[in-house]
Amino acid sequence: MSGNMNLTLKIWRQANANAVGGFVTFNVKNISPDSSFLEMLDILNEELEVKGLDPVAFEHDCREGICGACSLVINGRPHGPLDKITTCQLHMRHFKDGDTIWIEPWRAKAFPIIKDLVVDRTSFDKIIQAGGFISVDTGGVPDANAILISKEAIETATDAAACIGCGACVAACKNASAMLFVSAKVSQFAVLPQGQPERYQRVQAMVKKMDELGFGSCTNTYACEAECPKGISVRNIARLNREYFNAKLKSENVEA
Amino acid sequence: MGWFFRALNSSIGKKFLMAVTGVCLLLFLIIHLINNLTLYGGPELFDTVVKNLEGIKPLVRVVELVLVIIFILHIFNGVRLWIENKKARPVGYKINGASENSDVFSRTMFVTGSIIFIFLVVHIRTFWVSFNLGHPLADEHQYYQIVAEAFGDPIYSILYVVAVILLGFHLNHGFQSAFQTFGWNNKKYFPIIEKLGLIYTIIMVIGFASIPIYFLFFYGGNL
Repeated sequence: MSGNMNLTLKIWRQANANAVGGFVTFNVKNISPDSSFLEMLDILNEELEVKGLDPVAFEHDCREGICGACSLVINGRPHGPLDKITTCQLHMRHFKDGDTIWIEPWRAKAFPIIKDLVVDRTSFDKIIQAGGFISVDTGGVPDANAILISKEAIETATDAAACIGCGACVAACKNASAMLFVSAKVSQFAVLPQGQPERYQRVQAMVKKMDELGFGSCTNTYACEAECPKGISVRNIARLNREYFNAKLKSENVEA
Repeated sequence: MGWFFRALNSSIGKKFLMAVTGVCLLLFLIIHLINNLTLYGGPELFDTVVKNLEGIKPLVRVVELVLVIIFILHIFNGVRLWIENKKARPVGYKINGASENSDVFSRTMFVTGSIIFIFLVVHIRTFWVSFNLGHPLADEHQYYQIVAEAFGDPIYSILYVVAVILLGFHLNHGFQSAFQTFGWNNKKYFPIIEKLGLIYTIIMVIGFASIPIYFLFFYGGNL
């Protein structure tokens, strides 16, 4: 078909966490501008498999921008050149015939590479386990509207809860800091009544865990917000800081 | 007190320390600039101002000591954060897309900070040491003359102006960044803070850079 593209791909390949990785060049031909970026990689992998070669490992799941699995740094930018999308929502029409595309994994000490472009994001789960939840006893279904919540509060909470935990903030941050992720997960509870009982304990435990896992510190470059597929605002980081100071000043738990 | 030092050693604590010391230095620069601008009043005014400061020397020494502590905390903490943050990404990206998602001021804080530190050492050597630790002109209270002679050197003056511009890079990010760190970021007033930071930066850069230019080209009005 006319308008189809031939592209050169420079893809990071690494057999396992301990192996030495490097860029390998692939040429893909006759790529439709209507195909998604991941479909383009599927075409490459099918060709590799036909040749009996090891396909390029990359993560993907929902392919509709809600799971956050597709962790690719494309030409230096997490999820590619467009704002507020995941890799699976990126289409090849944003590239030109003959382009060279560099594809790298998320790079962070806290996200070790499993294989090729696949990284281990378990550290995010560990941060959530440290306090990113509310403890609710089971029982009857509570009455709707029994707890009144302002529109502003619920909007703030749901905006923060839009975070899909993809890790693009860490990948984009020059310090590999997880501050935007943690701030979203703290904010979604901090502004709601249901989040109050564990408010101080939560923020202290999550920040502590984040630091332990080897993420860097935030230096307010705001690259995280710019690359976040869900547009999570850095105002959440300001809130995280407030929550942390408040917890330190008001909570009487000296162990935290 | 264990909880306090643990908090200060956390990632948020470290940036809090950076912001508090940074704000102190932002305020110090305002006083410093006001003092410097008396140079435009001529040798008599400037020499009188410096002589008056001599009169309250013990107080000046205390303020200087506090300033030194603030500088050391800011520099030490900044270097420590830079090293730690480098370690958080042992393998870097082949293609760096940072210019697409962040501004140059925020990305270059360590570089501009390091250059400002070198400038600070040279600056203290030229003026503070001359004013305080014996200089023939200082003994005669001709402080204005010391400034005029230092800025009479074109290379020194040009480097001074370059350093002040880089200081502007540092301040422009530091100002709004401090507010963000303290958690004072909201939709209503943060755009105002960012503009205030830019205005503050422009005033500081023009104010500090104008002095070497004034002395270099007009020899302090004594052509």
